Amino acid sequence: MSLLRIRNLSVDFQTSGGLFRAVDSVDLEVNAGDILAIVGESGSGKSVSMLAAMGLLPWSAKVTADEISFDGTDLGGLRGSARRKLIGRDMSMIFQEPMSSLNPCFTIGFQIKEVLRQHLGLKGSAATDRAIELLDMVGIPDPARRLSAFPFQLSGGMNQRVMIAIAIACTPRLLIADEPTTALDVTIQAQILELLTGLQAETGMGLILITHDMGVVAETAERVSVQYAGQKVEEQPVIDLFDRPQHPYTAALLAALPERATERRLPTIPGAVPGAFDRPQGCLFSPRCRYADETCRTVAPPVQSAALGWARCHYPLSATEGVIAEETAQ
Amino acid sequence: MLRFFLSRLLTFIPTFIGVTLVSFAFIRLLPGDPIIVMAGERGLTDERYAELQEKFGFDRPLAVQFWEYLTGVVQGDLGESFVTNRPVWDEFFALFPATLELSICAIIIAILLGIPAGVIAAVNRGKFFDRALMSTALVGYSMPIFWWALLLIIVFSGNLGWTPVSGRIDLLYFFDDVTGFMLIDSLLSGQDGAFRSAARHLILPSIVLATIPLAVIARQTRSAMLEVLSEDYIRTARAKGLSSGRVNGLHALRNAMIPVITVIGLSVGTLMAGAILTESIFSWPGIGKWMVDSIFRRDYPVVQGGLLLIALIVMLVNLIVDLLYGLINPRIRHRE
Repeated sequence: MSLLRIRNLSVDFQTSGGLFRAVDSVDLEVNAGDILAIVGESGSGKSVSMLAAMGLLPWSAKVTADEISFDGTDLGGLRGSARRKLIGRDMSMIFQEPMSSLNPCFTIGFQIKEVLRQHLGLKGSAATDRAIELLDMVGIPDPARRLSAFPFQLSGGMNQRVMIAIAIACTPRLLIADEPTTALDVTIQAQILELLTGLQAETGMGLILITHDMGVVAETAERVSVQYAGQKVEEQPVIDLFDRPQHPYTAALLAALPERATERRLPTIPGAVPGAFDRPQGCLFSPRCRYADETCRTVAPPVQSAALGWARCHYPLSATEGVIAEETAQ
Repeated sequence: MLRFFLSRLLTFIPTFIGVTLVSFAFIRLLPGDPIIVMAGERGLTDERYAELQEKFGFDRPLAVQFWEYLTGVVQGDLGESFVTNRPVWDEFFALFPATLELSICAIIIAILLGIPAGVIAAVNRGKFFDRALMSTALVGYSMPIFWWALLLIIVFSGNLGWTPVSGRIDLLYFFDDVTGFMLIDSLLSGQDGAFRSAARHLILPSIVLATIPLAVIARQTRSAMLEVLSEDYIRTARAKGLSSGRVNGLHALRNAMIPVITVIGLSVGTLMAGAILTESIFSWPGIGKWMVDSIFRRDYPVVQGGLLLIALIVMLVNLIVDLLYGLINPRIRHRE
């Protein structure tokens, strides 16, 4: 049974200009021990779909889905306290901005022990011991003294470690990391990613890594889901994705990596992600796609087979190159 | 923290001199002559008038009068009332507990109702509760105090007969001042029903005096909460699986309290102003009523001294508020 299973998830935001669809019929599946990366530009709905699974979206969001289940439990049907028993315990999340994600009015120790008390009933010295152990696990030096520190007394990297300590406090089965390294220095980024993958290997939890950094994806993930304008456009194992991207958008993203550039000027994807008012009729990527034709611009593309990376495209790259035809011929 | 405290105390000095000057000037700008008022309807001869003018020092230039007053104040001498001949200082401290009791009750009501109202409104933003609470707050804020007091008296004292119209306690009871707080003294006296009577006298004036601070606190709490609720750390708190009571009441409110505390501190000034009207309406024997009476009597030393002491209290309360920031917000506490 899969750990997290999402079927046909859509999220609409109530805005002054009407409904804005931030996530559009997204499917996702993570098993225990998996590392799944969700990549996409800003505004592609990758954070929103995970916040929806956690139940953390603001009141202005309207979530619809055929299924959102955690280890067989339907999250959509869970209300209030039943859901809160799961959130922060079996399924936890860390965020992009470590400096603002911790409450400035409470000590690190208080914020860690709060989860231990809430979900495990740990109090007093038992909670303190566990909190010290957790800070040690995430590589914070002198953990016993750090318990009484306030978030503003620590660096961004240290705060992110504290966030990770809070997230893994109850040994969750699934950890969602929402761009955990975006706000940090490059050297710290590597440390944090190493810490996350290390913890994942140690505990065997599922890890979902939301990022827009293809370098991070290549280093850490096993499977990659690419999102564009709220839709999942492709999903493949990481090696296959880098080898044979199926969706033109994925291919363009990869081509934009500095490591892959062959010319002096870095290739870019022309145009911008469509907003609420300029959503194209057919394929959402069609205005920026170099392969798009009339069908692409008028007819919404189908989702292709697993062999074609579930690409949401009329003309997946392998198919148009005849690769698939050759394979079947052999 | 100590340096901060001392530097704040230093700013008291110019404020203090300013308040002294303003109170000295304003009462003299009012038309009317204290000697004529004192003499009453019988009037007095020109010689007697000149004699009294000399006695009170009104014949000397204003600058000299002010300088003498200021030097007296610095030495702790606020002068004597023209009317009672008692030191202003003594009169103030005899009446102040009544005002303090009323103000404390009012601010407690305002805080205990205002903060939860603001939190509930913020959490239910845009919904029925929010609109209902905030419209009520606006009405409360806009209502003239004297009119609101009369309305309450008509309904609760007149029609329903639940509360007395004026005073601090029924004449039936008599006991010594121990603390000056009627609620405490009535309990200490051990007389049957005394506490109940004191509480019944206190309730309406407290509600009237609490109304404006309550509305202000509720609105400020709501807006501070709305701002805090969109912060990243609130999302973190919710991601921990904490109950909404804990998220809103602890994680959000603790951060939202900083602007709210400021408003509470500023409300103390409003309370003092409100006390003047409220005490006059309910014949509450506090400094508000004392000040009004003294203004009508042109009792210069009392008005000056009273204003000065009230200003001092407001300044002290705001100093305490500044110190409270540090307790609530560790970032301020650790900036030494």
